[in-house]
Amino acid sequence: MNSPNLEDMGCGTSSATKDKKSEKALKAALVIQNWYRGYRARLKTRQRYALTIFQSIEYADEQGQLQLSNFFSFMLENYTHVQEKEPGLVTRLFGSSIQDKDRQDYLELIEIPDSYCGPRLQFPLTFTDIDLLIEAFKQQQILHAYYVLEVLFETKKVLQQMPNFTHTNTSPSKEITICGDLHGKLDDLFLIFYKNGLPSVTNPYVFNGDFVDRGKNSMEILMILFVSFLVYPNDLHLNRGNHEDFMMNMRYGFTKEILHKYKLHGKKILQILEEVYTWLPIGTIIDNEVLVIHGGISESTDLNLLHRIERNKMRSVLMPPIPMDGDRAEKKNKLGTTTVAQGIRTSGSFSEQLTKQEWEQVIDILWSDPRGKRGCYPNTNRGGGCYFGPDITSKILNKYQLKILVRSHECKPEGYEICHDGKVITVFSASNYYEEGSNRGAYIRMSSGTTPRFFQYQITKATCLRPLYQRVNAIESSAIRMLKERMISRKTDLIRAFQLQDRNKSGKLSMGQWAFSMENVLGLNLPWRSLSSHLVTTDKDGNIDYMSGFQDVHIQKPVKEVQSTLIETVYRYRSDLQIIFNIIDSDHSGLISMEEFRSMWKLFKSHYSVHIDDSQFDELAERMDLNKDGSIDFNEFLKAFYVVHKFDQLTKSDTKLA
Amino acid sequence: NLNLLEDGKERKEEIAVAEFHKKIKEAFEVFDHESNNTVDVREVGTIIRSLGCCPSEGELHDLIAEVEEEEPTGYIRFEKFLPVMTEVLLERRYRPIPEDILLRAFEVLDPAKRGFLSKDELIKYMTEEGEPFSQEEMEEMLSAAIDPESNSVLYKDYITMMVIDEN
Repeated sequence: MNSPNLEDMGCGTSSATKDKKSEKALKAALVIQNWYRGYRARLKTRQRYALTIFQSIEYADEQGQLQLSNFFSFMLENYTHVQEKEPGLVTRLFGSSIQDKDRQDYLELIEIPDSYCGPRLQFPLTFTDIDLLIEAFKQQQILHAYYVLEVLFETKKVLQQMPNFTHTNTSPSKEITICGDLHGKLDDLFLIFYKNGLPSVTNPYVFNGDFVDRGKNSMEILMILFVSFLVYPNDLHLNRGNHEDFMMNMRYGFTKEILHKYKLHGKKILQILEEVYTWLPIGTIIDNEVLVIHGGISESTDLNLLHRIERNKMRSVLMPPIPMDGDRAEKKNKLGTTTVAQGIRTSGSFSEQLTKQEWEQVIDILWSDPRGKRGCYPNTNRGGGCYFGPDITSKILNKYQLKILVRSHECKPEGYEICHDGKVITVFSASNYYEEGSNRGAYIRMSSGTTPRFFQYQITKATCLRPLYQRVNAIESSAIRMLKERMISRKTDLIRAFQLQDRNKSGKLSMGQWAFSMENVLGLNLPWRSLSSHLVTTDKDGNIDYMSGFQDVHIQKPVKEVQSTLIETVYRYRSDLQIIFNIIDSDHSGLISMEEFRSMWKLFKSHYSVHIDDSQFDELAERMDLNKDGSIDFNEFLKAFYVVHKFDQLTKSDTKLA
Repeated sequence: NLNLLEDGKERKEEIAVAEFHKKIKEAFEVFDHESNNTVDVREVGTIIRSLGCCPSEGELHDLIAEVEEEEPTGYIRFEKFLPVMTEVLLERRYRPIPEDILLRAFEVLDPAKRGFLSKDELIKYMTEEGEPFSQEEMEEMLSAAIDPESNSVLYKDYITMMVIDEN
C-alpha cells in the first residue's frame, strides 16, 4: 500500500489531522478505483460480446455456403431434368473456364483516353510503379482497366511458373514479415508499409490470403500486392485464402466493387481474375520450419499430395468435383456441342477437375480453425474444413519436421493469437474488421533461430482515439442491430418455437426457455442471458415478453399485398439468391429473363424446402414491376428487401458526442 | 405447514443456482478462446466484474488464489471457477458502489468544493493512492473524464454520464 504524500496534504497542519485527511483520501481513492475497474471490465465485456456476435453471424453465413454448394450439386444431380428446362444453365454453372484468351485480344480493344489522369504503369514493372500506385491510391484514384488487365495477365504468367508451396529462407539480417487477412482495408496495408517498410529484396513479405472482399478497396490492395509481386517475385509471397474464390467474391462484395469501379471492362477483369486466383500458391514454407497457410490443417493433411496436385483446377469452394460417370460424360459432351455455338463457357472434360480427395485437402487448408479440443471435427460453424486440436497440430508438424504453423482466417481482438502450446499462431491484419474499435491488426516479423516478434496497430479515423465507452457503444449497437436483423429474418420460426413452449399462451417465457429457443432456431452460440436486455423486455419476475424482440424492427414490404412469410424468406436468403442470380447472369448485365427467374425460384424452393406458393412469387415479381423488356433487374429486386429499424431516425438526429 | 414452505424455498434456491450457473457459464465462455473450458488468469477479473461484482484488487487476488490450480498454470478451469463464483453470487458479495458514495469520494478529494479535479490531481490520486492504476487504466479514464475545454474532471457530470451509459 502506498503511503500518502504528506507534503501534498498541505503543510502546517498537525500530523494527526494530516493522517486523518490522508486516510480519507486513501479511502476515497479506493472507492473511485474500485468503481472504475468494475466499469472498465464491463465495457471490455460488452466489447467482447459484440465481437462474439459479429463472429458468430459471420461464420453462420459462411455455413450458408455449404447449403448453396449442396444446391448446386442438387441441380447437377437433377441434371437432365434441369437441362431440359434450362438449356445452358448448368453449363454456365459448371462449365470450365473459357479458353485462354489471347492477351492481345483483350488489351487491343481497350483504349486509355487522354483524359485519364490516374496512375500509368510501365512494363516491365519496377519499384517506382509500386510507389506510383500507392501515391495514386492514397488520393483515391482508380487504376485504368487496361493496366489492371495487364497486371492480371502478367501475374498469372509468373504464378504459373511457381510450385504449389513457396519455399523461402531467412537469415538474421533478412527477417521476413507475415501479414494476415486484409479484406480490402487499404488503410491497414498503408499502415503496415509505413511501419514496416515497402517490400524489397531485403524486406520480404508473406501475405497469407483473404486480400479481398468486405472492405471497399479490394482492387487496390490486389493491384499493390500483384505489382509488388511482379517486381519482387522471390521476395513477396502470396498464399491463396478462402476469399480468393470467384464465388465468395459474388457474395462478399468484391464482384460488386469491380463491376462498380469498372463499368465497361469489369466482366473481363472478373474472368481473368478467376483464373489468377487458381494459380495462387497454397502456402509458404519458411526455413523448412514454418508452414504458412491461410486456414489450417486436418488429421489427413498430406503435404506431399498437396505439393503434387494441379492447384489451378481448384476453382471454388462451392464447386466440388462432379462425380465421374460414363453416362454423364457423354451427356456433357453432347452439351458441349450445343453450347459452343452460343459462345458461353464450353464444358471441359473431367480431367479438368481435382479428385474428391485432392479437393478436400485444399478445402482443409483454406477453411480449418484450431481449437482447444483434441481431435479433428467438421467445422460446422463455417460449413467447410475442420476444427483441429493440439494433438493434430503436433502430429502433422512432426510428420513433416516442421516447428510452427502460422495461419490467419480468424479475426482476433489483439490482431494475433498463439495457441496449441505455441505451435499455432493466428495473424490477422485487418483492424476494425467488424466495426470501428472492434479489433487490432497485427503482423509478425521472424527469422530463423529467433523468437517471432508481433506488431499491432489499429486504424482510427479521428486524430485521437475516442474514449473507450464511445467505441464500445458503437460496436455494441452495430452488433445488436445485426442480431436483430437475424431475428427478424427468422421471425416465423422463432415465434413457432416460442409458442411451443408457452403452454399458457401468456406471451411470456422464462429466461432459460427463451435462450434455448433463440439458440436453436438461429443456430448462434451466443451469451443470450447477457444479451437479453438489449433484445427483449423482461418483467419484474424475470420473465421475458418474447414478442417484444420484434417490436422495433421489421422487413420493409416492397409490396403491400404479399405474405409476410414470402418477404421473410426472400430477405433471409438474399445472399444466396444474389449468388445464384449472378451466376445465371453470365454476361453480368444485371438482368435475367423472367423465365430464368421463375425456374430458378422453383429449383431453389424445392431444395431449400421453402413452402411458398409459386403464384405468390409471380405476383411479387409482377407487382414490383422490375420487368424491363421481359428481363428482371435482380439487384433491384433484392435491394427492395431490407430491414427497417424503428429507432434509426432517432439515432441519426442524435448529436454525436465528440 | 413449515415443511411445504421450506421445500418451496429450497426449490427457489435450486432454480436461482441453476440460473447463476448458466449466467456464469456464458460469461466464462466469452473469454474461453480455445473452447476448452479454460480462460487466461488475467481475464478472470474482467469476468467476475462483468457478473456485477466489484471486488477490490486485493479481494480479486484472493479469489484468484481460490480458483487457481495447485501449481498455477496461467489458466483457470471452469470446474474450479463455477462453485466459487456461484457462492459469490449467492452471498451477494462485492456489491457495486452506489452513485452517491462515488460522488462523495470525489468530493473528499476536492475539499475546496470547486466542483472539479484538475487532470494532475486525478492522476496523482489514482496512480499514487489506494490500489494504483496502471498507465493504461489511467489513460483510459482520462480520455473519457477530462472535459477538453477546462482540462479538468467535472466529476458530477462524469459520474452521471457513466451511469447513463451503463444503464
